[in-house]
Amino acid sequence: MVTKHKSSLLDYLKKYYFLYILLAPAVILTLIFKYGPMYGAIIAFKDFSPIKGIMGSEWVGLYNFEKFLSSPNFEVIFMNTLKLSFFGLILSFPIPILLALMLNQIRRAGVKKNIQLFLYAPNFISVVVVVGMLFIFLSPTGPINQFFTWLTGEPIMFMSRPEYFRSIYILSDIWTGAGWASIIYVAALANVDPELHNAANLDGANLLQRIRHIDLPTIRPIMAIVFILAAGGIMSIGFEKAYLMQTAMNLPTSEIIPTYVYKIGLQSGDYAYSAAVGLFNSIINIVLLITVNFTVKKLNEGEGLY
Amino acid sequence: MPIRHSGLDRFIVVLNAIFLTLAVLIIVLPLIYVVIASFMDPSVLLSKGLSFNLSDWSLEGYIKILSNPAMIRGFGNSVLYSVSFAMLTVLVSICAGYALSDDRLKGKGFFMTLFIITMFFGGGLIPTYLLVKNLGLLDTVWAVIIPGAVNVWNIILSRTFFKGVPNEMKEAANVDGASEMRIFFSVVLPLSKPIVFVLALYAFVGQWNSYFDAMIYLDNPNLHPLQLVLRSILIQNQVDPGMISDQLAMAEMKRLSEIIKYAAIVVSSLPLIVMYPFFQKYFEKGVMVGSLK
Repeated sequence: MVTKHKSSLLDYLKKYYFLYILLAPAVILTLIFKYGPMYGAIIAFKDFSPIKGIMGSEWVGLYNFEKFLSSPNFEVIFMNTLKLSFFGLILSFPIPILLALMLNQIRRAGVKKNIQLFLYAPNFISVVVVVGMLFIFLSPTGPINQFFTWLTGEPIMFMSRPEYFRSIYILSDIWTGAGWASIIYVAALANVDPELHNAANLDGANLLQRIRHIDLPTIRPIMAIVFILAAGGIMSIGFEKAYLMQTAMNLPTSEIIPTYVYKIGLQSGDYAYSAAVGLFNSIINIVLLITVNFTVKKLNEGEGLY
Repeated sequence: MPIRHSGLDRFIVVLNAIFLTLAVLIIVLPLIYVVIASFMDPSVLLSKGLSFNLSDWSLEGYIKILSNPAMIRGFGNSVLYSVSFAMLTVLVSICAGYALSDDRLKGKGFFMTLFIITMFFGGGLIPTYLLVKNLGLLDTVWAVIIPGAVNVWNIILSRTFFKGVPNEMKEAANVDGASEMRIFFSVVLPLSKPIVFVLALYAFVGQWNSYFDAMIYLDNPNLHPLQLVLRSILIQNQVDPGMISDQLAMAEMKRLSEIIKYAAIVVSSLPLIVMYPFFQKYFEKGVMVGSLK
């Protein structure tokens, strides 16, 4: 019995081994570069010494986590991270939906295509260039300050004042990504049966009523999924942009967990502590993802991400 | 039957057109500003701002940028990294996607779970860095190319694509006595041009625009991609003195550094600007297929 089973598995592999060969590179790379770091994350619970290696270093339990939670920086950095992502989510979530509803009103396909061409373009500009443009445009002698100087006689130090960091970060994010984020809603709206609109129109529904009762319900499931994913990523906001936008003067609001992890880890070499802070961040993220998914599912008649 | 518009409807349609025009302007004006400024005479730009008088224009910024060795080297490195990253990630994703699209593959659920978990959990920056370091990849091109080569989203995308290839084609080839390998290379691959194209485009753009991996893994400035060179010019304000001849005063330095920034932005974005209008529909296609899962 056993031998028979074995030989049929052998036959199977003989016939289909090629499929496994095709799959192998992806599996191997995933195990090394995705699961490897997951294993490596246990240095967060160790007094890591590069000489002793991950296995050889002493266990220190939650020491590194306690160190972060009790550090004087904790509250500021944690709140900066939360505020930046929360306000970002609240402000940038509705705009792609609005854009899609507006684009959906354009009847001429050629015009619509051309508008979309422009709306998507900033998505392809690198983060270095976007931040570079912010520094140029918002510099004390830049074009925007030429206006403010004319108006008040004083330029505004946008990039070095902590109170402006969040607004600049979020508004420029919207500039870069809102058009591109609208694609998915545009596509969903294209599937709405025009007969529905005709029928509602005959019944005397105006444009706003039709948008509210036909268009919005159509994209609601997608809205839910996009929202869950965005909320689940709330703590993993872009390190890349925040780091580039940081100046010594705006640090009180621009220091967020990912930039802090980078600095204490790679610049100061405190690997274990830094890994613990990173892990803390991921755990909050997962908790948020699960909570938001659960809540949206409740509110959205059982439709969630999973 | 055409939709009849009430007065309110007409009002909203007009308002809609105004808002969309505004949105387009907000997006386009900064870009136009950068392009025009890059052609301006630096001293005119600093004193008067933009000018549409052709005598105020100059190619100085471009001449400085294109004669800057760091910029040229960065451009070359970025081409190399982006092309090889695109080839590697497409190859890995297509192969895995094809295997996972085949119902005869045993353990499919297990492998999918293995991949999908990595979309939600990760080891974090420091463990990843230490791994790359321990593998001896620091300061090599491989550090930028290999760790990100497996992209779950790409695998799902190509799996979805191959599920759409009719099974009859594979079966017919099978009846003709073709091996699995033969079927993949002679039947499936020739059909997969669209998905190869979409994935390659995404990978190329992503790698072209990224700076982070290069920043943490590559110390040697000779290996730096364009985005890191740009970062030092645009954000750290380190205009290479070699770009400006030595005897010039600080004022001249400042005058030129402005114009160099604009030209650098345009030159670095050029490949994407040229590609963009032709490939827009493929980008859209990628997003759509990806969202369907």
